[in-house]
Amino acid sequence: MCKECGCGLPGGVAIDGVPASAAPHTSAHHHAHDHHHPHDHDHGHPHDHEHSHDHDHDHGHADGAHRTLSVEQRILDKNDRLAERNRGYFHAKGVYVLNILASPGAGKTAFIERTAADLGQRVRLGVIVGDLATENDAVRLRGRGIPAVQITTGSVCHLDAEMVSRAMERLDLNALRLLVIENVGNLVCPAVYDLGESARVVLLSVTEGEDKPLKYPVMFRSAQVVVVNKMDIAEAAGFDHETALHNIRRAAPGAVVFEVSAKTGQGMDAWYRYLEQALR
Amino acid sequence: MHELSLMQDTVVIATRQAREAGARHIHRIMMRVGALSGVVPETLEFAFDIVAKGTMAEGATLEIERVPVRCYCAECAREFEPADLVCECTQCRRPSADIRRGRELQVTSLEVS
Repeated sequence: MCKECGCGLPGGVAIDGVPASAAPHTSAHHHAHDHHHPHDHDHGHPHDHEHSHDHDHDHGHADGAHRTLSVEQRILDKNDRLAERNRGYFHAKGVYVLNILASPGAGKTAFIERTAADLGQRVRLGVIVGDLATENDAVRLRGRGIPAVQITTGSVCHLDAEMVSRAMERLDLNALRLLVIENVGNLVCPAVYDLGESARVVLLSVTEGEDKPLKYPVMFRSAQVVVVNKMDIAEAAGFDHETALHNIRRAAPGAVVFEVSAKTGQGMDAWYRYLEQALR
Repeated sequence: MHELSLMQDTVVIATRQAREAGARHIHRIMMRVGALSGVVPETLEFAFDIVAKGTMAEGATLEIERVPVRCYCAECAREFEPADLVCECTQCRRPSADIRRGRELQVTSLEVS
């Protein structure tokens, strides 16, 4: 971890197999030391600051005296600032960025592969994929001619803005119009980490149960798009379409919903129309 | 667990603030954790014990103020505390996207010397 600003990645994170802590800080990663403390006005009541003066250690100077320092700093500030920097950079480069989130096995990689296969001629697409281990997903995507960078997090359960800013150094953003970030398979932790994306896509498959959205409210609430995948086996899975859509609307009131099969291509056209509209 | 990395960041924030204020010891760290923050206070406490070792924050007491969710219903023009995290108005049952409180994840203050 950088001792100056506390940035840097915990041991175990690698980008395309290269340990991140070994990677030099590039000029795109300068240390901004602003001492501005943002005041989060979530609280509606004043704070009682007890100023206890401990006189047990009275040496005639202030050594033992306890004092209270007001901090009022959001812990995710560091990540959010980096995310905003990523966002600004993507915007400057004219790259639209998707953050794809889901449980493991919902079909994130297949969804991305299918999108790339069908849109690749019209839209220059690149991928950053996060997993705890293996580079299989990046290899799979590269095998289809898609520029891909693999982040292996070791034990970290989510991607954060720092990892994404490192990974994007290995992509030529000038050659891309669409960047897809495949997050670690996890519906819990990635929800609170802004990556600098343009839109969040939360994927769930028909085998996961209709109440999934209600079980992960923080994640679903943060979604601009919800994709129900594996519709080709919906009947076999006994998928209750009405209930699922109802619950998605409750948990993600503002989201656009698509029902697809990344495997067969069913329903993907509506997703492509949405995407191409967003890319305009 | 990401509570570990969150507490690492908390210790960095706390030690930097303490150092800038010319303090040498951190006795207490006060945090505010909202019910919608996606974080479990008990896990934060557990993670803090691990992460604070060897730092100025070692041995400090962690105090967590938990903040319940409060949403605003535009239809009823009132704030409400929802029954669950889906935030449906307790009066008209419409889902609300306007969350006023509950997403906090902050270091609020420190007691130092």
